[in-house]
Parts: sequence; C-alpha cells; structure tokens
Amino acid sequence: MSTPAPEDRSSSLSPLDAAAVEGAVAAALREIAAAEDLDALKVVRTAVTGDRSPLALANRAIGALAPADKAVAGKLLGPARGRVSKALATRQTELEADRDARVLVEESVDVTLPVARRAPGARHPLETLQERVADFFVSMGWDIAEGPEVEAEWFNFDALNFGPDHPARQMQDTFFVGGAAGDEDAASVDPHLVLRTHTSPVQARTLLERDLPVYVACPGKVFRTDELDATHTPVFHQVEGLAVDKGLTMAHLLGTLDHFARAMFGPEARTRLRPSFFPFTEPSAEMDLWFPQKKGGAGWIEWGGCGMVNPNVLRAAGIDPDEYSGFAFGMGIERTLMLRHGITDMHDMVEGDVRFSQHFGMGL
Amino acid sequence: MPNIVLGWLGEHVEIPSDLTAERLAADLVRVGLEEEAVHGAGVTGPLVAGEVVSLVAEPQKNGKVINWCQVDVGSHNTLDEAGSPTVPRGIVCGAHNFGVGDRVVVALPGAVLPGPFAIASRKTYGHVSDGMICSQSELGLGDDHDGIIVLERLGYSEALGHDTTPGADALALLGLGEEVLEINVTPDRGYCFSVRGVAREYAHSTGAVFTDRGLDTGSVPAPTASGFVVEVDDATPVHGRPGCDRFVTRIVRGIDASAASPAWMQRRLTQAGMRPVSLPVDVTNYVMLDLGQPLHAYDLATLAAPVVVRRAAPGERLTTLDGQDRSLDPEDLLITDSPDGARGSRILGLAGVMGGAETEVVPSTTDVLVEAAHFDAVSVARTARRHKLPSEAAKRFERGVDPRLAGVAAQRVVELLVELGGGTTDEAVSDLDAVPAPVEIRFSLSEPERLVGVPYPADRVVSVLREVGCEVLDAEPGAVRVVPPSWRPDLTGSADLVEEVARIVGYDAIPSVLPAAPAGRGLTAAQVVRRSVARALAEDGLVETLSYPFVGSDQHDALGLPADDARRHGLVLRNPMSAERGQMRTTLLVTLLDTARRNVARGHADLALFEIGLVTLPVPGTAPAPLLPGGARPSDEDLEALRAAVPHQPRRVAGVLAGQRDRAGWWGPARDADWTDALAAARLVADRTGAEIVVERDADTAPWHPGRCARLTLVDGTLVGHAGELHPKVVESLSLPARTVAFEVDLDVLLGAAPGGPRQAVPVSTFPLAKEDIALVVDAAVPAEDVFAAVRDGAGDLLEELSLFDVFTGEQLGDGMKSLAFSLRLRGRDRTLTGEDAARVRADAVAEAQRRTGATLRS
Repeated sequence: MSTPAPEDRSSSLSPLDAAAVEGAVAAALREIAAAEDLDALKVVRTAVTGDRSPLALANRAIGALAPADKAVAGKLLGPARGRVSKALATRQTELEADRDARVLVEESVDVTLPVARRAPGARHPLETLQERVADFFVSMGWDIAEGPEVEAEWFNFDALNFGPDHPARQMQDTFFVGGAAGDEDAASVDPHLVLRTHTSPVQARTLLERDLPVYVACPGKVFRTDELDATHTPVFHQVEGLAVDKGLTMAHLLGTLDHFARAMFGPEARTRLRPSFFPFTEPSAEMDLWFPQKKGGAGWIEWGGCGMVNPNVLRAAGIDPDEYSGFAFGMGIERTLMLRHGITDMHDMVEGDVRFSQHFGMGL
Repeated sequence: MPNIVLGWLGEHVEIPSDLTAERLAADLVRVGLEEEAVHGAGVTGPLVAGEVVSLVAEPQKNGKVINWCQVDVGSHNTLDEAGSPTVPRGIVCGAHNFGVGDRVVVALPGAVLPGPFAIASRKTYGHVSDGMICSQSELGLGDDHDGIIVLERLGYSEALGHDTTPGADALALLGLGEEVLEINVTPDRGYCFSVRGVAREYAHSTGAVFTDRGLDTGSVPAPTASGFVVEVDDATPVHGRPGCDRFVTRIVRGIDASAASPAWMQRRLTQAGMRPVSLPVDVTNYVMLDLGQPLHAYDLATLAAPVVVRRAAPGERLTTLDGQDRSLDPEDLLITDSPDGARGSRILGLAGVMGGAETEVVPSTTDVLVEAAHFDAVSVARTARRHKLPSEAAKRFERGVDPRLAGVAAQRVVELLVELGGGTTDEAVSDLDAVPAPVEIRFSLSEPERLVGVPYPADRVVSVLREVGCEVLDAEPGAVRVVPPSWRPDLTGSADLVEEVARIVGYDAIPSVLPAAPAGRGLTAAQVVRRSVARALAEDGLVETLSYPFVGSDQHDALGLPADDARRHGLVLRNPMSAERGQMRTTLLVTLLDTARRNVARGHADLALFEIGLVTLPVPGTAPAPLLPGGARPSDEDLEALRAAVPHQPRRVAGVLAGQRDRAGWWGPARDADWTDALAAARLVADRTGAEIVVERDADTAPWHPGRCARLTLVDGTLVGHAGELHPKVVESLSLPARTVAFEVDLDVLLGAAPGGPRQAVPVSTFPLAKEDIALVVDAAVPAEDVFAAVRDGAGDLLEELSLFDVFTGEQLGDGMKSLAFSLRLRGRDRTLTGEDAARVRADAVAEAQRRTGATLRS
C-alpha cells in the first residue's frame, strides 16, 4: 500500500480564513486523488473528514464565533466540506470499479493447487461395516446386544449345548485362558474362561437378561487359534442374530437372512439354505450366497450358519421351548467385507496399514 | 473326511449310469452332505506304467539334486531308427524314493493332471523331460508326501495279478477313470462315514432305491457256547456310560494271510484314502469303509482267553502299531487278554482307537479272530485326543457307530476272508450284547410346521420318519411315538425329528417370511456415542486401525513399565499363537504402537492412528467360573458367580501421532504433531461423551515424557487416561519417530460420567458484546488451568467466554515467572453492559486470580 505522507495539519485552521479553507480543501483533494486503492482511501477519509481533520476542527470552532461570523464561516465551510465528501465518493467509486475490473483479476490464484493441509483420517472398513450391519437390524426394530470377549466357558459352550466333550472345546481352535501374568501358576490355572470362539454367547446372556420377545443382533470380535493366512485370522468379527418369540419358524429365519443378504449385496442377491449341524440350533442350516464373481466360475459360497434355537439353549435360559421358539444365525464380517469389496487377502484387513483404511475413507 | 467312490455307492443304491461326482455332490448337499473336493476326476491320459531303466543323480547349483531317469514305457517309448518304440523316455524327477527297476506311474505329454496341470515335453535342468513321474497327490489320490508312486509299494505288482508292464494303462490300474467325491460329514452324521450311510442319504435326496446292507437278513449266526470269551469290566465309565456295550467275535481258520487282497479292493481302498496292507487288514478296512463298523483282526494263535475290556491301571504303558510307546491314562479303555491265566494282564490295544503290535496278523498267521465291537463315543474321543491318534476307527466311534451293526459287519469280514483268503468259518461265535434299548420320542405331528413354517401333512411327516429308519408307533391323536434307528444316536428329541422332516422334504420348500419385530429401542446411548467418537477422530485426521490383543512382556519392557505395574499382569493365554505374545493386552497403546511401528517401517512416518477396543484387566484372586451343565438355567447365585469370574474388559480409545500433523506444502512449512495434538484428541473424545474431565500434569507415569504428560480424570478423581508425548526412551526402543505423541482414555469411564437425559438450553442474549483483555503474571509452576479457573470464577455471570490467548516468559517478568494473557467476552443477559460493568468484572477476575494463584496484573 502506498499512502502519501500526510500533509502537515498541525496549524489550526481559522473558519473565517477563506484562503486557508481553500488550501485545506485543495490539500484534501490532492490526498484523495493520490489514494491508490481502497485501503489508502480509507486512511485518507479519516484524515480529511475525521474528527481531528482540519475542516472538522474548523467546523467545530464555528460555535465559538460571534453570531455574525457564524453565518460567514458556515457558508465558507459547508461547501468546502461538501466538495471533499464528493471527491471522496467519486474516488471511492473509481477505485471500486478499478478493483472489480483489474485488481480481483490480478490477484487470482491457481485453484488446482493442492489444498489439503491435513491428511484426511479414515474409519476401518470392518468397523464401518459392523455399523452398517447394526443399522440394518435396528431398522427392523432389533436391538444391538454386546458381550465380553474373554468369556466364561459356560456362556461360550455349555449354555449353547456344546457338551464338555464337544470337539470345539478342545485345544485345537479355542484360546484357553489362565491366570494373570506374574502369578506363579498363571499358565496352568484354569479359571474356566476362553476367548469367545463366536458371538453366540451373547445369545445366552441376552436370553438370561432380557424379557421376551427378543430380537437382537450382536456384531463383535471373536477368536480361534488359526494361523494368519490369506483366508484365516485368529482374531475376526461376526454378527450374531437371535430372535425368540412365540410362533417363529425357519421361514422367518430365511426371510430375515434374505433381507439381510439383499441389504449387504444388493437386490439381486440369491440365497439358499442347506442342512448342516450346530450344537445350538436344531434344525440347522448353512446359508449360501450365489456369487457371480466366484473364483473358477459363478457358484454358491458359504455365508453363514443358522438354525432354530436348540431347545436346550432355551432351557439353559429358563425359557419353555414348547411355548417359545426362535432362530439364530452368525455371519463372518471379514467374509462379508471380502465378498462385497473384492478383498482377496486377509492380511490387509488385520495388519493395520493406514493405506487400507484410507482407501475406504469414511464410507464403504 | 470320507471319499465316495461312485461305483461302490452303486452297490448300495441305484445310481444313474452317467452319474458324475459333480451331480452326486449337488444331490448330497441338499440333504446336508457338503462337497469337500472331487478327486481323480481331473486326470486324463495318457497315464501309463513305466519301469525305471537308469537313474543318474545330478546335483544342481541351487542345492537340489535331480534324477535324470530313462523310463521304459513300452509302446509309448520313443521310436528307434527302425520306427519301433524301443528307446526309453528321458524324464527329470526331483523325488528320491525310487530306484532302477522300480515300476512307476508316468504321465506322458498330453496328459492332464488335477489342477489342471497339462503335461508336455519341456526343457529343465539341461534335459528335455519327456513326461512326469507322478506322486499320489499329483494324481489327486491323497496327500501322501512320501514321494512318487512305486507301484509295488502301493500293492500293485504282476505277482498279484496287476498289469504293471511298461506301457500298461495306469488310469485303469489305479482306478483314476472313476471320480471320487470327498464329502464333509457333520458331527451328527457319523453313519455317513460309510458307503452304506451315504447311499441312504443319496436315496433320501433322489428317491433312488436303497438296499440297506447293514441290516441282518438272516445270515448272521447266533452266538455259540464255544465262542471266544470276552468280558467287559468297566469300573469307571465316562458320564456313567459303559465304555463297551457290544463285542462280537468270529473266527476264520486256515487263511493265507500273506495273500494280497484283490486289485479291485486295493483300488477302492486307495480311492478311499487308505493303504492296502495285507488281506486280513484290507478286508477289515474295506468292510469298515463299506458299512461303517470299525473292525480288528487278531492272530488267534497269539491270543489267550478271555479278552477283557477294561480301563487302564495307573502307570500302564502300551506300544501302539505306530511304534510309539505310550503312557496310559486311567480313563483309557483297553482291549486286553489273559496269557498264563492272568486275566486282562496283556494290553492288546486302545479300544476303538489303535491296536498293539503283539497280536497283530502277520503273513504266517493262519487263524484269525475278528472283533466287531461298539465303544462309547466320548471315551474313544478322549483317548484319541489324549494320544493324538485320530485313527479311522476313532473317527467313526467318536461320531457314533451303529451298535446293531457289529454282527453283520463281522459276518461280511468272515465271508470275504473265506472267499479271498481260502479260509473256513469256525462255528465259534461270541456276542456280548448290552446295547440299551433306544429311547422313544413322543412327537407331535404339528411340531415340524410349528418350527419350520411349512404345513407338512401328517402322513408325510410319518413317511419321512420311516424313510430315515425310525419306527413310528401310535400315540394320542396328533402325536406319535418315534423309535430312532440304531445308526442315528443324534436323534434324541423333537427338534431332531423336525430337522429330518425339513431336510428330507427339502429346505427349498421353506418360504421366506420377514418377521415383524416389536418396536425397538434403537442404538443405546453408549453405542451412539462410540460411533460419534470414532467419527470425530477420523474427521480430525486420524486413521482407524485394528490390532490383535495379544501382547508380551517384552512390549511392556519397551514401554518402560515398572516391575510392579498392574499393566504387566495381563490375562495369560494357556495356548497362545506364540509364546512371545501370550497375554491379553491391558492397554491399547501396546498394540497400537506396534501398528504405528509397522506403518513407519512401510514408509509412513507421518502418522495419525487410533484404535477403539477392549482391554482385559484381571483381578488376582478372582474365583474361577463355576462348571455348570447346559440345558438348564443356572441358579441366580451361579449366574452371579459366572459373571463375577469374567474379568473386567473396559473399552478404550487410543491414538498415536508422529511426524507432520499439518503437511508441508506450497503454502508453507509443516506443523509437526506435538503433545497438544494428543491432548486435543483425548479432549475431543471426552467432549463427544459429554463427560466433564480435569486435566493435570503427570510427571511419573510410563510410558510418558515426565514433563509432557497430562493425566485426565473425572471431576471425582476417577482416572480417565493419559495424553502427551511418549518418553524418548520408549520412542527409541520402539523405533518410532522422535517426539511421537499418544493418548489412551477409557471410554466406559467417560460414558459412565456422561450426564443423562436431555441437555437443557441456555438462552442466547442479543445484547452487545464487551471485550476485556488481561495479562496476569504468575509463578511459572502455576498450572494455567488454575489461573484460568480463577479468572472464570472471578469474572462471574457476565462472562460469556474466556480464552487464554498467549503465554509469555521473558527477562522483564523476572526469573521463574510467566505471563498469561486472557481475553474475556462479556455480555449481559438482560441489558447492555456499561464501561463500569466491564471494569468491575475485570477487577474481580484479577482479584480472584491474585487470591488463588498470587497473580499480578502485568503492567
């Protein structure tokens, strides 16, 4: 900004001195004309019309004059100040026009330059998918239930009709828990706890804690002693569904799963049930999904297990299986994510590489 | 899992002549038998027998030794000058389990092996390899990794009547023309570990005519007084069930045990995944695969009656057929005999699991005792697991063998030994039969509709139950009494019968009906807040990652945790994936820093990560969870004890930031992440929960920088977490970028302190704003928060907003002093403030700061 040095206004201006007034006006007009931009003009405006400006001071001095002089001074100063105001307005208009025509153009920027001063954050897609799954069930009026990851064996197995000799209870795929590190016998003591091998213990907890009818889904982390490879991971996620009410049938199970499949894989999703076995359901089924992108050609792929809640599971929660019936199902979140998004290697999902999450951003 | 040979299946049930493994798989999956794999189908010729004429071992630069072989493949040999196929083919082979003169299987150029893998002449290791010498796994015959097939070792030789002459068709020899379907059998379908059982399921699926060859059609002789004496002496049954409730013996005399079994039997055994051994063993294995009854053949001459089935005594040992000397458990059920009159003194084998060496059939054996017994599933399962012996017999017993099958199976073995081994049937038969009568199930005929939602007519329900082998008897109107067949120990209740009806009629008959749940409550407040927290952090530039919760003490060392730190006392895993990661995390930071380190190693030095997850905080001295049965609701006390035994697992949020927080760019230099970013993120989390927190300096907690760590608590003093810069030693030992900062807060603690109920509004004043700035000089050790609080409280009701906008230290203030500059925004709720109002607020604020912190107004 180039503001001219203000002219000396130290000597006070007599309101009756026509030449001096004219000089002050001329000086003001010079300053106004010299203002090169709107900011400079603002400074000049204060200098030439502000409370401390010579003309304003002279105007104020009129009050002290003899009555006869007042009229003279008024006639002298009024037009003088008017000329200054007009010049300011004119210059203001000129400078604004100039700004609009030239300056704004000159100060244009390259809007294609990068502007992200902070790298964007992201959600992990497994978490986002679990939220989306939860939203789906909430939309049907279901609640979202939760349970601990280190779980009592009774909830993980016995309550679900896995007897003490069921193969799944053996060392081969269950993480068994000991005492606290630092205790003498930490590795040998048996507190009858496991890392839950499925989200199904939440079924037992839900049935014991809630009033019937129950419609709950439970997304969460589960654990099996599988080495990490392209399709296995010792820590993964499932979503469990459980409905117990009067009059529920496998038709309702199928209806729910069909609806869920379409929510996850689009309106064209096709499903089928085929007989299978789980200790906590009877009848039991596997749900298969028609997968056009299947390696080696379109075909059925396993999506999850399901069935009607085994009467023993209802009994373990104090529910009369002759009065109530229910269905339950469990799907792998990783598997669902892999199928939906064409992920071929489990490593990407579990290693915590920021690039994997960043690719998905806040969505899916 | 069992392999189904199509031709073999056809001996039990009518199959179409053009049945393929693929078609069979589709038929079986409908009734619950899932395809595991199709074997053998992938091989197309030319696959021929060959004889190794010469073999030169050639060491390679890569350390391998390959064999350069000349193999005589008869009519497939290379033509000589005269145009006759006399020149053996040169083939490179990496296996070493064969030598000159061995007959092998050669895939010639043009053959296609499973994969598919097309065989062609190719240059390799400096030779043109004109075909391939095959292993069993390459032919889809199993996972045998012993090397390539040497036909004689597999039981194929000219002496045994097999055509193994060079050039002979090996596809036919090995039965590779036939497709084999491997199926997956669920634990409730033990009877499908037999051709008999699978044939029944095939009939259920297709309606084909099934002949049950496991039923006694009158050929099974009754026990005789001369039968070999067997006694069951089970003092400690598992779950109160005797370990053995059926034991049939038969005797065949005068067999030639050195004779080989016929080629068709060897081929089927091979296709089923078993090795041909000797005639008596092959016959017992064959009948087991066929009918599902595990069998054992003893050399009668070595046996001393009586055979006693008993539990092991403490300290007893047995060398099993696999040559391993095993220490026995008192729960192991044993087959023993009684040499020198000492009853039950010699152990013959682990019942239903594996035999011992002493009484095994050997080539010189002439008289054979055949055992067909029924052992308790749980007892066998425990022994098999205890000794890591998942034998074919154990696999079947632990899934349940038909207890009525023993006589029929033994008869079949006798017939085959007579027919193929030239023996004669001894009239001695013993049959110890204590099989309990099956338990009737009272079954309402409307139950299938109630649970499946398909209106099955009553007569259809009854006919399905009869198809699967149940006896259906009359009961009160609308109900029947159902006696399950002996091969279905899984059918114990109504729901089991419902599944039979549903699957035999077909799951595809079930309609799809969306149930109408009652109105729900939506997400809980905590669930909503957790999402909000995750989203807020991500929107603030942090990337969410996940990590395994397994940690080790070396990681605690790296964090510099003191020896007595509670965070070192994580819950121990008794069978961790690795010994180094044998505990559950007690803090999220441990695993999150590991994630950070991995990202740094992959070239991402500018990091902002967060993780939300559970930590496990075991309390020493917690009582173990009670062991309670399933199928019944535990008492309230037991439930309380169960819940109390489960360790506290609070949900935490942790974050770590390093390197550039705001990037360098054309706009200017970067701003690196520092302690303020960590604290701001922690405060953001708290803010999203609505909980009020107090921040104070924490100079003495690992892994934090003693001068740059904030301790976050609730107003009542409950610890929420920490935020700040990591200790330089920690940063160094984890190879993280210098000045890495982090935070970890307990989301559950914050949620617990969040105000419940609707937040009440504060009216918005439209009167004009007045501003006052003050600079206060205090001792540098006084926390800014204390001065801030004093100014806020002193300013009173007219204060709308207070901010601390500058911190200054300098000579003019004097040693150890600092100046804090505050900006006060003042506004009246019901009037315009005057200059006097503003001056009074200012004076009050300064006075309160002076009173509490010794602050003086900076002149």
